[in-house]
Order: sequence, then C-alpha cells, then structure tokens
Amino acid sequence: MMSKEALLNTALMALLLLVPLGAWFADEPFLITLTTRAVIFGIAGIGLNFALGLGGLVSLGHAAFFGLGGYVMGVLAYHAQTYTSLMTWPFELPGTTAMTIIWLVAICLSALLALGIGALSLRTSGVYFIMITLAFAQMLYYFAISWPAYGGEDGLSIYVRNRFVGLNTMDPIQFFMVCYGLLLLVLGLVWAMARSAFGLALGAARQNEERVRALGQKPQRLYLTAFVISGAITGLAGALFADLNRFVSPTMFSWQTSGEIMIFVILGGVGRVFGPVAGAALFILLEYSLGGLSDYWHVYLGAILLGVVLFARGGIYGLIAGREVAHD
Amino acid sequence: MTFKPFAKPFALPASLAASLALLASAGLGPIAGQAQAAGVKVGMITTLSGGGAGLGIDVRDGFMLAIKQSGRNDVEVVIEDDQRKPDVAVQLSDKMIQSEKVDVLTGIIWSNLAMAVVPGAVAQGKFYLSPNAGPSPLAGKGCHANYFNVAWQNDNLHEAAGAYASGAGHKNAFILAPNYPAGTDALAGFKRMYEGELAGEIYTKLGQTDYASEIAQIRASGADSVFFFLPGGMGISFLKQYADSGVGLPVVGPAFSFDQGILQAVGAAALGVKNTSQWSKDLDSAANKAFVDSFQAEYGRLPSLYASQGFDTANLLLSALAKADVSDADAFRAALEAADFASTRGDFAFASNHHPIQDIYVREVVKEGDVFTNKIIGLALEDRSNAYVDDCSM
Amino acid sequence: MSLVLFIEQVLNGLQFGVMLFLMAAGLTLVFGVMGLINLAHGSLYMVGAFAAAATAAATGSFVLALIASLVFAAFAGVLIEVLVIRRLYERDHLDQVLATFALILIFSEGTRWLFGSFPLFLDKPDWLSGTVGLPFGIVYSRYRLAMILVGLAVAVGLFWMIAKTRIGIRIRAGENDREMIAALGVNISLLHTFVFALGAALAGFAGALIGAIQSVQVGMGEPVLILAFVVIVIGGIGSIKGAFVGALLVGLTDTLGRFLLPVLFRLAMEPSAANAVGASLASMSIYLLMAGVLLFRPRGLFASQ
Repeated sequence: MMSKEALLNTALMALLLLVPLGAWFADEPFLITLTTRAVIFGIAGIGLNFALGLGGLVSLGHAAFFGLGGYVMGVLAYHAQTYTSLMTWPFELPGTTAMTIIWLVAICLSALLALGIGALSLRTSGVYFIMITLAFAQMLYYFAISWPAYGGEDGLSIYVRNRFVGLNTMDPIQFFMVCYGLLLLVLGLVWAMARSAFGLALGAARQNEERVRALGQKPQRLYLTAFVISGAITGLAGALFADLNRFVSPTMFSWQTSGEIMIFVILGGVGRVFGPVAGAALFILLEYSLGGLSDYWHVYLGAILLGVVLFARGGIYGLIAGREVAHD
Repeated sequence: MTFKPFAKPFALPASLAASLALLASAGLGPIAGQAQAAGVKVGMITTLSGGGAGLGIDVRDGFMLAIKQSGRNDVEVVIEDDQRKPDVAVQLSDKMIQSEKVDVLTGIIWSNLAMAVVPGAVAQGKFYLSPNAGPSPLAGKGCHANYFNVAWQNDNLHEAAGAYASGAGHKNAFILAPNYPAGTDALAGFKRMYEGELAGEIYTKLGQTDYASEIAQIRASGADSVFFFLPGGMGISFLKQYADSGVGLPVVGPAFSFDQGILQAVGAAALGVKNTSQWSKDLDSAANKAFVDSFQAEYGRLPSLYASQGFDTANLLLSALAKADVSDADAFRAALEAADFASTRGDFAFASNHHPIQDIYVREVVKEGDVFTNKIIGLALEDRSNAYVDDCSM
Repeated sequence: MSLVLFIEQVLNGLQFGVMLFLMAAGLTLVFGVMGLINLAHGSLYMVGAFAAAATAAATGSFVLALIASLVFAAFAGVLIEVLVIRRLYERDHLDQVLATFALILIFSEGTRWLFGSFPLFLDKPDWLSGTVGLPFGIVYSRYRLAMILVGLAVAVGLFWMIAKTRIGIRIRAGENDREMIAALGVNISLLHTFVFALGAALAGFAGALIGAIQSVQVGMGEPVLILAFVVIVIGGIGSIKGAFVGALLVGLTDTLGRFLLPVLFRLAMEPSAANAVGASLASMSIYLLMAGVLLFRPRGLFASQ
C-alpha cells in the first residue's frame, strides 16, 4: 500500500512526463518549453532543499550557484563557438559545447564556490546566515554586471543549444527528456543520501546538535557537506536553465532569483524530497495563468504566497499528504 | 560563407550554422502553409510591469495607435509582458514563435533583453523590428537581414551630444555613466564626436541613486560642462542633486533622462538642460502634428519619445505590408528596406545594416504652463548613420 | 585630490550613513524585540516616499509631506502587523522571509496600480535648497546638511527613548526575556504593534527625506533594504548602537570606496580601465566589509548576547 506522499510523488512525475508528451502530439512546443522550465527550477529547488529541509540551513543566496552554473555554460559555449581559448597559459584550455562536460564543470565549480561560501557563512547561524549568504550572492551579482569580458549586464547569448550525444537538443521534446532524466537522477541521489548514514546524522544535527556531538559527529562538518552538495545541484540546474534559454545574464545572480528558488521549496513543502518539483510546477502554472489576467499579477502571486505561509504550512505536500514526514 | 536562408549567420562556425538552417526550415514548414494572404501576426514583447514599465507602455500605445489608425483588421498583435527579465523575454519569444506562430516580433525596450531574444528569433526566420534598443553587436558583426532597428543605434544620441558639446564651445567636459555595457558605449559614443578635453570620466554603480560623491568630484575638477547618461530613476536622482549642489555647469545628455514620462518627476531641476533626440513633439511636420494630437486624444497624455518610436515601428510595418506579403520574405524585406512611410521625425532611411539614417536634434527643457517639456533649439547631427556599418557584411 | 574634496566626501558618507540608520533602526528593533526578519521594510520606505510626494503635490508643503510620510508609513506598519506580521512571530525565519517577500510583491504592484508606472515628483522646499559655506572653504548642500542634523537628532531621540522612558524599558525587557515581560502584566501585543509602527515610521521618514533628492518610484525600497540588512548584520542584530555604528561604517565605506578606488587604480593602470575596475570593486566593497566583520565577529560588532 503506497502512502499518500508516494502516490503524490508518482502522480507528479507522471504529470510532468505526460504533459509535454501530449503537447508534442498536439504540436504545442511551447507547453514543452514551459514544463522544461518547471523541471529545471525543480532541480534548483531540490538543491536548496537539501541544505534547507535536511540541514535547516536557510540560504537566501542560492542564486550564486544558479548563476555560476549558467555562466559556466555561457563561457564554455562562447569560447567553443568562437574558437577561442579560455586561457593559453600555463596550458591551453578550449571551450566546449558538450553538455556532459559543461554539467561536470558546473557541478564542480559550484561545489567549490559552496565550499568557500559555506566555510565562511557557517561560522554564523540563524539570521546572520540568511544575510551573509544573501551578501555573497549580491557580491557576485555586482561582479557579473561590471565585468565586461562576458557581456556585463547585457549577458551572453549563445545561438544554438549545446550538444548531447545522439540528440538534436534544439528540439524541445528531446531537450526536455534530457532535463527530465537528470531530474530523476538527482531525485534518486538525494533520496538515497537522505537515507544514508550521512543524511540521518544531518537530520539529527538539525534537531539536536548536542546529541550528535555526543555521538562523536561534528555538526559543522555535516552542515558544510550538505551545503556543498546543495550548491552543486543548484549549479547544475543553472547550467540547464542557461541552455534552455540559450542565454545567460547577471539576473540569474539577483536576490529575486534566490527568493524564487526558496519559494519553490516552500510552496512544495520543506524537507520533502519531491516538494520543490511540485512547488516549481505550481509556480510556473501561477505565473502563466495569473500573468494573463492582469498587468498587476504580482499582487495575486503575493496574496497566494502569503496564504500558503499563513494557512497551508508544509506547502502542497503538507496539505495533501499530511503533516508527518517519514524521516524526521 | 553563404548559407541560405541566412545572409549572415552571426559569424558562427559552418557546422552550427548548418544545423540552425535545418532547424529553421523544419520549424518553418507548417507556418508557411498557414499564412493567409496579406494578413500578419505580430508578437510584441515589452515591459509592462515592474520598474521601467512606463517605457513599454508608451511603445505599446504608440504602436497600437498606428494599427488602429490604419483601419486594417488583418493585423493581429499579441502583446506579452517581459517584466524586464531576459529569461522571461526568451521564454516569450519561444512562445510567440512556437505556439502563436507569429511572423514579426517587436517591442523590446532594453538592450540586454534584445541581445537575448533577437539573434534566436531572426535565425528562425522571423522578422524583428526594434522600437527602442539598438545594441552595437546587432549593428556590426551580428547584423542580420531580418533585423531592422526603427529607433537608433545605441551610440547615436550620445554622439550627437558630443557633437553638440563641441559646437557649443565646451572644451573641458566631465562625463559619467553607469558601469555596464550601454554605459561604456555611451561614453565611447560621446568621445567619438567630442573634440575637447575631458576633465574627468566616472563609471557609477548601476542602480545607484545618490550622486553626492560624483558631484563633489565634478565641482573639484575644473570642468566647463557635464555629460551624463543615467537612464530612468538614476537620471532623476542625479539631476535633482546636481541642481541643488550649486555647481551650475551646463549639462548635456541624451533624451532618455528628459523625456515626457519622467520630466515631471525631475521638475524644475531639469530646466534649461540640453538633450539630444531624433524626435520632439514640436517637430514641424504634418505627420508629427497628427501623431501628437491623436495620441493625446486617445490616451489623454503627451506622447513620449518611446511612443513616437512605437508609432513609427507600426507604420513601417504597415507600409511594407501594403507592398508585399509577409510569407514572401525577400519581397517583404525589400519593402521594409524602402522605409516608405511618413515618419514622425521627418526624413528616415535605412543604412545598409538596417539602422536608421536620420537627423538628430538638440532640445532644451522648458516649462509650458504647468507641464515640463522639450523644445527644439537646433540640429546636432544631420543624416547620421552609425559607426558600425562597415562591420556588418550585409 | 584636495583636502576639501575629501572632507566633502566624508560628509557625503556621513549623510548616507545617517539615512541608512533610520532604515536599519526599525529593522533591528523589530528583530530584537519580536525576533522577526522583515523583508518588507523597504516597502514601508516606499510608502513614506509616495505619501510625501502625494501630499506635497496636494498641499505644496514639505513639512506636511514629511508628517504624512510618518503617519502613512506608521499606519501601513500597524495594518500589516495586525493582519499578517503578528502571526509570524512564533514561526521560523523561513516562513518570515517568504511571507514578507510576498508582502513586497503586494506593496510594489499595489503602489504601481494606485500611482502608475512613472516616477512621482517630490522636491525639497526652497528654504532648504542651495548650498551653505562651511569652515575651510567647503561648500555643501544645505539639504544634505539638514539630513545629517535631522538624522542625528532622531538617533539621539531614539537612544534617549530606549534608555530613559517607560516604553524604552519595556522594549529592553522584551529583548532580554519575552516571557518575563508578559508575566509583568505588560500588554505585549500592543508593545509589538508600537515597536513595528515606530520602525515603519522611521523607514517612511527616511523614504520621504531621500525621495526629495532622488526619485520616488516603485521598487525604490529594495536596494536600500539590502544595505540596511548589511548594516544590522555588521552592527549586531538587535542592537541600536550597532545599527548606528554599522550605518556610518557602510555609508563611509561605500562613498569613499566609490571615490578613492578608481583614483588608486589610476596609479597603476590607464584611466578608463582603472575607472571600470575601481567601480567594479567599489560596488562590492560593503559586502567585503561585511564578510570581513563576520569573519572576526560572527555575531556582529555589538552582539547583544
């Protein structure tokens, strides 16, 4: 017998697959693009949720990783398309348009950035942590705007999506399938990590640091590991997002982006593995249905968000699958 | 390298260009069958909410006024709000091309959004008519047969300001702009036509609203004039603080900080400032008079620079439609190139890179009754094209 | 670079810092007493500026406009405190961040709906226009000088209120022990509403003062909000003294950074590259300052606990 949460997970993933397939048959490519957007935002949210839901680390600066992933894509593809090198000394480093390499670089660099930001930020906690993560993202935002080499505020356009073996990635449905496959992979990894010894220790540290310390674990190290994994996942999402748009700009670093990623997590349900995916899908749905209603649709969006925080704690998952979380 | 249907595929490597060509032809298949005789579907992506919405609203209103006046009911315009976010603009252009199957795109206000949308749209065989942004890559190496700019190349108004400053006898100018691509282009444009010395050159933070520090440096620099490019709220802040500082040097700038929409917010601080523009509401031509009157009658406010650009964009489109069917891309392009319409700004022609050749005027901010507005005091540049024509191999 | 120019820049930094203090004081009080992190504080700043601009347009009086900014921002503060904010005191920071983020959306688009998309006009009165001569041949804007004095006066008043008055004692008690103050029979929810309204009024007042020399437009509050957060994090969240020191530090760092960094780089590079690099670094300077402070004092300079 499946639990309500498992049923909801299955329904969500099926819906995310069936909508674009239906749109493909009906020749509605834009619907596919929209769903791809939801899937990518979902991955970004899963990243944040790993730090936030599991480790209790409220980061308002995940745009830093999202943006870095985007720029990894932009810079590598730009150099490949113009046949120039990223650097020529001490060794020659060319660009690339192979998605797999771009993903790897995005993941590694985001993890490295998260290690740096995390090591500094985790010296603080609570509101200080929220604010210092925000400040680091702002720093990168201003850097990206004023650094002229890669377009500054104009951003960087690449005109064709990057390559993935055997696929025509410019075809919306094929690119969607790539993203959907990555979503499944990330979900599986996060699910496994949440149940691993590390995940359990992290969850325990969030609830009671003293007890974990008594068991010989170092909470700070657990948090930092979680933050690095979290940043890496969000960085991957950033690379995919830039590829979806064939464009990257400093907007990806802005604090509104951080806020939106947080909204995906909270709309869906903090701490639920599939929560951010549901949250991102709902957000996209709201954006496009409200956007058609009026120029002032942000008012409605704000009211709905407010309603969720005040009256529907636990987001969609809290509403439908009930309060209790399996491993909490 | 020449690939059809592209005259110039953005200097991309051959393999990429070929895959683009395949893609475009695949995407175009069903559309060609759908297009009806003479009718056209226009997708307008512009900024209607959040900061800077005023500019998008004016472009939209000017554009729709021209469509309404034409009396044609076979021109369908789909309007969407990009919220001034590049990623949203890209999504919308995908939607317009993939779902709405539009023939022509237009509407974008900001250069960074244009850079995100235009290359992809024209590569997929769509026409793009720019009512405002004219970033230099799209005028030079990245020019494209299907991209037409109906406003100006970004540098134009700054060049005119430089020419005016020299002509007015300024010999030691202090110049400032925000630290982002359009800002560095602005200062480069000014310096291109300005012959005097520079007393100082400052890049400010984008979105900065306090200019006390910069004004203090202007005061200390011994300059004899000030040129600035600070669009939107930045310009309002600068002007109010500058007027209050008692520095009192003559100020020159592009029209963006002195247009109808924001002049009322600047107030008396802007009085007497010289600014350069390709349009002004007091330009003496029948087409312009009719536009200003009908815009006021329709919307109850004075038109802005942006409204005039939206209006001209629509009239260019209508003039081409009268000559050719949009499904015949070559004929339609030739009809656009002819620019056979009565522009609100007088003589108008396209240079070989599809950017305007036009006169650029100097205006002065004056008060008419209770309303702050501009009046023309002279010509800064005659029949000005742009600096990137030779970079464009079209 | 002359000494006069340098002193003028220090005054500019001071003026910026004093205005930041008006913003930061409310934020830090609300956090200290109620434990609430309020992203919508920037919206109250905007409300004050719009109320002042509308009043000035209707009456022509700058003093009335300033009073309107205090009244309307306080009123907006009471309204959201009663309807929304008080439900958030017992929630975690995450809920507070999201709920107040939602309030920003509602305030911004609501204001645009009411007042339209173009900036509004608000100007300083004639008696504060122009410049004054200071010792050493410094010429300084009369209005900016007034802002420094008014800001300092408000700061002194605030310190006095918290140190000496009955309400100040209750506020301090509320910061130290939330349960105890309720046990003492103080109407805690009234105290909370008062503190929130006070913070809102200060933010609205700052919005009106700054609106007169900048532009009154939707979205004007958010950049200031982020700076105010930097201020209270540097100063130590909950500490009024910290907010004051932090505000001056941020104001001076930002102003002097923008002024001195390009000059410094010009020693080693050609001018236009130096200007660009200097400007880039200057735009990050206050965040570097904050990271530096937190490295050595993870809870800010004047942490309460």
